[in-house]
Amino acid sequence: MNSKLNPMQPEYLHSGHNACPGCGAALAVRYLVRALGPDLVVVITASCWSIIAGMPPLSSLQCPILHCPFPSAGAVGGGLKRGLNLRGQRSTTVLVLAGDGGTFDIGLQALSGAAQRNENFIFVCYDNEAYMNTGIQTSSATPFGAHTTTAPYPLFKKGAKKDIMRIMAAHGIPYAATATVAFPGDLEQKCKRAQQLEGFRFIHILSPCPPGWGAESADTVELSRLAVETGFFPLMEIIDGGAPKLTYRPEKRVPLEQYLRLQRRFRTLEQQQIDTLQRDVDEEWARLLKAAEPA
Amino acid sequence: MPVELITGNQAAALAAQRAGVELVAAYPITPQTAIVETLANLHALGELKAEFVSVESEYAALACCSGAAAAGARVFTATASHGLAYMHEMIHWCAGARFPIVMVGVNRALGAPWCLDPDQGDSLSQRDTGWLQLYCSGAQEVFDTIIQGYALAEKMMLPCLVIYDGFYISHTYETVDVPDQEEVQRFLGPPSFSAQVQPGLQANLHGLSTGETQARLVRERHRTMKEALAVFKEINARFAAAFNRQYEPVEAYFPGKMKTVVVAAGACAETVRWCLPQLIDTGLIKLKALRPFPGEEICLLLEKQEIERIVVVDRNCSTGMGGILAQELKAALYPLHSPPVISDLILAGGIDFTPQMLQQVLAKGGPHRGAEEIWGVDLL
Repeated sequence: MNSKLNPMQPEYLHSGHNACPGCGAALAVRYLVRALGPDLVVVITASCWSIIAGMPPLSSLQCPILHCPFPSAGAVGGGLKRGLNLRGQRSTTVLVLAGDGGTFDIGLQALSGAAQRNENFIFVCYDNEAYMNTGIQTSSATPFGAHTTTAPYPLFKKGAKKDIMRIMAAHGIPYAATATVAFPGDLEQKCKRAQQLEGFRFIHILSPCPPGWGAESADTVELSRLAVETGFFPLMEIIDGGAPKLTYRPEKRVPLEQYLRLQRRFRTLEQQQIDTLQRDVDEEWARLLKAAEPA
Repeated sequence: MPVELITGNQAAALAAQRAGVELVAAYPITPQTAIVETLANLHALGELKAEFVSVESEYAALACCSGAAAAGARVFTATASHGLAYMHEMIHWCAGARFPIVMVGVNRALGAPWCLDPDQGDSLSQRDTGWLQLYCSGAQEVFDTIIQGYALAEKMMLPCLVIYDGFYISHTYETVDVPDQEEVQRFLGPPSFSAQVQPGLQANLHGLSTGETQARLVRERHRTMKEALAVFKEINARFAAAFNRQYEPVEAYFPGKMKTVVVAAGACAETVRWCLPQLIDTGLIKLKALRPFPGEEICLLLEKQEIERIVVVDRNCSTGMGGILAQELKAALYPLHSPPVISDLILAGGIDFTPQMLQQVLAKGGPHRGAEEIWGVDLL
């Protein structure tokens, strides 16, 4: 798989943005706007990116940004795209950016509504697996076993991470894909593919959060790679709600423990719990292989 | 000019269509549903040339409108009661973002328990959000106010809530002059505001700001809102020249020398107006604009007349304080040396307001000084 980007391509995310060092979400959006720009408008719902975008009149992105309230992203994105069409600006891509809270939790209703209506924009969830902008609170995207400030030791997140890809695929939308910043070529290709399609397109990007995950800021890309290599976050595409297509298949999956051990949020997991998590990943991987289109 | 026999809700839908709205976001709620149904029918017949979006909630309805308005589109939605309450966050947001959206709010009580009657508490709960609030007393006024609402909203860059009572106005058939689209377009013209989102133009719209920036924006919005009273009068004069009807932000009906004046908004004002010929020394002040509040004008009207007693008809109640129109009025009367005594007739729950009820309140006489509460439910 091609994971190299053209270094001569223009950048639309400026340096001096407000993200923490090693922020996966900043890197993800850098690749997103490179791939989708310059005729691009970005809608940002309450999330880390409300801050990373900068304080008006300053802006860290080259394109117009429209901020919107937390639960509204799906509806605002659809309205904006229709409004631009009314003004004859049909070629402009509308990209809606939401965190996992704005996608899995408070934004799910508007997301589902927009997907069901097949609103013509790209919804990207940069998933850092908790409410990181407010300081690491559990969301329904937080994986089993992680500590957050609302699941402090000796508590930990109970229950599995919500399977947002299956939810979105069940809407039968033209395009749904997963991506990580460890495979920027793959991410770029998926953006381009999404951009060429009409209707509702969903891209789910796992976005390591060094302070929230208790990880080294230098490990963001490594964590993104391990998430894929372990099978914890498979790279896939789902067209029209059909069979998932794996866009990268590790020759031999890396044990999940390697991924977990780089993150202090999992530090109190006992071997038995790690084994349970590994078994869950194995089962999900097997299900995915069975469901997947033959390569 | 064709006269039609239609309900308040149909008048609202026809007004939105004649105003040339470009996007309608639709979600049903009693007693508003007929508006979006009428618009859906017009859309199906090809007579409403707009994006018609059947959204998944009232919250999404206003969110969808906000996105389109950010691109410079003229948009419309309608709601009531729980729907309006559910929109609350977006209602604030749209005012702060200065989207000139026009929305209809049909008054209906908020639960618990479930209730369909036209308590004004739903729209009054949105009093402090930064929307223009215009109350209507009949189907013709509903039609006209929506047209004027677009002119005012786009001039002030403030969203506008057009309000009327559920069932009494929403479902009652009245004769309404419905000017055709060309006539309305001659008055209104295409959307007169520029898009906030312009592809290719870098902008960071409504992102994180300091309290100081917010303070400046709120001050600007407040001052603009206050200027809206004078602008509304200009628009009204233009409207009168075009359609031969007019509505002041506050309308006084003083048939002679008055001692008592009844203050009311919406359908209740029409009931009072109907009663006036049978009443002695009694006039009516009809509140059309609640935001901006025409307090100075009310003071002037009262001073000229040497009014002794005010009866406020409040089809609402701010629990622990009383009727909301009475509160607003008391605040506005502060500059007067000897303000009239106030009887606040509270019709919370949206109960019916009858001529007999008004006569009972007037016959009883006002309090010796200050203000009193009278519960309409005790007079049934």
